[in-house]
Amino acid sequence: METEKYNNTPQEPTISLTVNGQMHTLKVEPWVSLLDALRDHLQLTGTKKGCDHGQCGACTVLVDGKRINACMTLAIMRDGAEITTVEGLSQGQDLHPLQQAFIDHDAFQCGYCTPGQLCSAIGLMQEGKAKTLAEVQDLMSGNICRCAAYSNINAAICEVMGIENRGGSL
Amino acid sequence: MNRITYSKATDVRDAIQEHSKTDKAQYIAGGTNLLDLMKVNVMRPAHLVDINKIGFDFIEQEADGGLRLGASVTNADTAYHQHVQQHYPLLAEAMLSAASAQLRNMATNGGNIMQRTRCYYFYDTSTACNKREPGSGCSAINGYNRMHAILGTSADCIAVHPSDMAVALRALDAVVCVEGPSGKREIPMEAFHRLPEDKPDQDNTLAADEVITSIKLPPSKYAKHYSYLKLRDRPSYAFALVSVAAALNLDEQQHVLEASIALGGVAHKPWRMPEAEALLIGKPATAANFRMAADMLLSTAQGYGHNNFKIELARRAIVRALEQAVNKQATL
Repeated sequence: METEKYNNTPQEPTISLTVNGQMHTLKVEPWVSLLDALRDHLQLTGTKKGCDHGQCGACTVLVDGKRINACMTLAIMRDGAEITTVEGLSQGQDLHPLQQAFIDHDAFQCGYCTPGQLCSAIGLMQEGKAKTLAEVQDLMSGNICRCAAYSNINAAICEVMGIENRGGSL
Repeated sequence: MNRITYSKATDVRDAIQEHSKTDKAQYIAGGTNLLDLMKVNVMRPAHLVDINKIGFDFIEQEADGGLRLGASVTNADTAYHQHVQQHYPLLAEAMLSAASAQLRNMATNGGNIMQRTRCYYFYDTSTACNKREPGSGCSAINGYNRMHAILGTSADCIAVHPSDMAVALRALDAVVCVEGPSGKREIPMEAFHRLPEDKPDQDNTLAADEVITSIKLPPSKYAKHYSYLKLRDRPSYAFALVSVAAALNLDEQQHVLEASIALGGVAHKPWRMPEAEALLIGKPATAANFRMAADMLLSTAQGYGHNNFKIELARRAIVRALEQAVNKQATL
């Protein structure tokens, strides 16, 4: 029976991921999310698992330059992709301007959402769609901060993007 | 999540063939809804057929002046596409009101209209749900039903379809192009999603092993007077309680030449009523006339307790969306 065959066939394919410029070859079962592959297989635990359902944004990474929720895609679907995680943002000890802005604006308290906020904001900057604080707020709504550091997060993003940090609507 | 096998299809025939090998296969594109449902054991496919690389990652103009949206183009790439923004702004607006930037970067056009309901009971495997488990009963009808349907419900299901994109596609008379073991066919949006009736497990009219390849938009006629009004619990990243895709063509005296009104968040499918739209034809585009259309659209609406508010909310939303459509500048 076909169904049984599928259920009983062990399958652990080999995939390659280029993470923060370094190529990795790894064996992952087909059901492993990109998030679990990064955290458990590559020990890159900077990317956080919040809800694991695409709702909180803590797992946001850049895949081929675009921000996505790493929990809502399978590693096997990203075979060959280029991935940037929070570990890849700084140049050695030199922080990314956005990381420095987060420090300057006190844009985190517990810090759990921060890696996702940073990667998401970098995706936002690359997309180039946000021109106002209200647009930053709307386009960052996929990243939840339970400490509610939103106003400081927005201030940091606006500073780096050269957007006036006034007149938000959300 | 149950254990799965996975294959990456190379073209549409390959995808259909892989899918038809077992009745426990699912196509996966963006995966933003399917993987979510697999994690909570609501969907338990044995095999996933990845259809991201089967050649439907294009947006192209049609000879008739319409536009074809490839099924595997992401929602972000579609909504920000210059031609879509310019000629189908209602669709762009609806798509950008949905989900988050991260999800829109993954979710695809085909997957968007394949979304399952966000009914809490559908997601909660400890409760009865005819959509998840036919014959088990509906927990929502006598349960907490604030988000549920007010139109086209049945005794078996009061779930709503969650897509914003689908509401705009319905208002724009889009056509869903599919391919299956017996060939290609086209399904108008009107006939793609279905009402629950006594088979709420069936969201749509796709046949076994059929896959969406593209969505066709007819030539643009509502690029000037349109509005997608989405009312929800917070102003970003939430599903609609009620949404309205409103599109008008007006003559120089502001009389209605054509009208299209589709509702989201109120039924098992995007809701449209041609009779209500016909009421407006030839009449001045005024709030009073819009109220008449709204009354007719909601004439069969029925609340289930917690969602009673949706009837008046929808009535007012229809009027407001049409007013915004008349003077789009005023809403910017």
